[in-house]
Amino acid sequence: MSEVEDRVRKIVVEHLGVEEDKVVESASFIDDLGADSLDTVELVMAFEEEFGIEIPDDAAETIQTFGDAVKFIKGAQ
Amino acid sequence: MFDLTGKTALVTGASGGIGGAIATALHNAGATVGLSGTRVEPLEALAAQLGDRVHVLPCNLSDAEAVTALPKQAIEAMGSLDILVNNAGITRDNLFMRMSDDEWSSVLDVNLTSTMRLCKGAIRGMMKARWGRIINISSVVGATGNPGQANYAASKAGMVGMSKSIAYEVASRGITVNCVAPGFIATAMTDKLNDDQKGAILGQIPAGRMGEAEEIAAAVLYLSSKEAAYVTGATLHVNGGMAML
Repeated sequence: MSEVEDRVRKIVVEHLGVEEDKVVESASFIDDLGADSLDTVELVMAFEEEFGIEIPDDAAETIQTFGDAVKFIKGAQ
Repeated sequence: MFDLTGKTALVTGASGGIGGAIATALHNAGATVGLSGTRVEPLEALAAQLGDRVHVLPCNLSDAEAVTALPKQAIEAMGSLDILVNNAGITRDNLFMRMSDDEWSSVLDVNLTSTMRLCKGAIRGMMKARWGRIINISSVVGATGNPGQANYAASKAGMVGMSKSIAYEVASRGITVNCVAPGFIATAMTDKLNDDQKGAILGQIPAGRMGEAEEIAAAVLYLSSKEAAYVTGATLHVNGGMAML
């Protein structure tokens, strides 16, 4: 497991209050992890801060799952 | 009565009569205040009067980049931004049939679009803090209309609809978004009216007098307080009964 995955998982677990083992690659923030649309905005804000990157709005909309987030962040670094 | 100790507030249009009174009221309640406006001198003068816990943050609200940067500057200066008061506004009155595109868009840009940008910039930190207060200064004219002010009335009514929509979205994060809608308030602008004009205006006001800037500031102070946590999406009309809405 990569370091990026660990850090993203930690943010998701803290923010959404879900069990760590639920946060798998295909897990959808909204459908599987109980996030509402505003939670996804906050998650993106948290990723931006944690990794010191900018996630534009059109890219943010494509980040639906834990796997999407990890992939985007690795690409942006 | 309301204690804002430890809170930080940004007030736009703080060089004007109402904005200055709002900044003073929030400061007197213990808040650290950021004074914004286009004219630096009156901001400096107000800052000198208030003493400590004050930051002067000049900004031209018709400059989109400057507006986007303002919340960041406020956070840098004060450490956070808990309370945002969008008070700045301009008028460019004309009969609707004579109103130019420029008269329309300049008023919409400064009064409504800049408010949108400042809200956006402020909410990010408020969401993280799970606490925030946004107070947008609308106008009685936004609810009643006024001949010669189609642009101004549209901008002020637009503020109300926007505030309610944002209020829906962020209520679960401890952020309230409300409007205060002043009626006729005694300021430098209304001082210029002659007695006949004043008489005509006063005839429409059941209270029989113009309002004071401090009476608007008191409404803003309430909506900024922790006591007003359950008030959101509201418009508080402060107009001496001129329009009972």
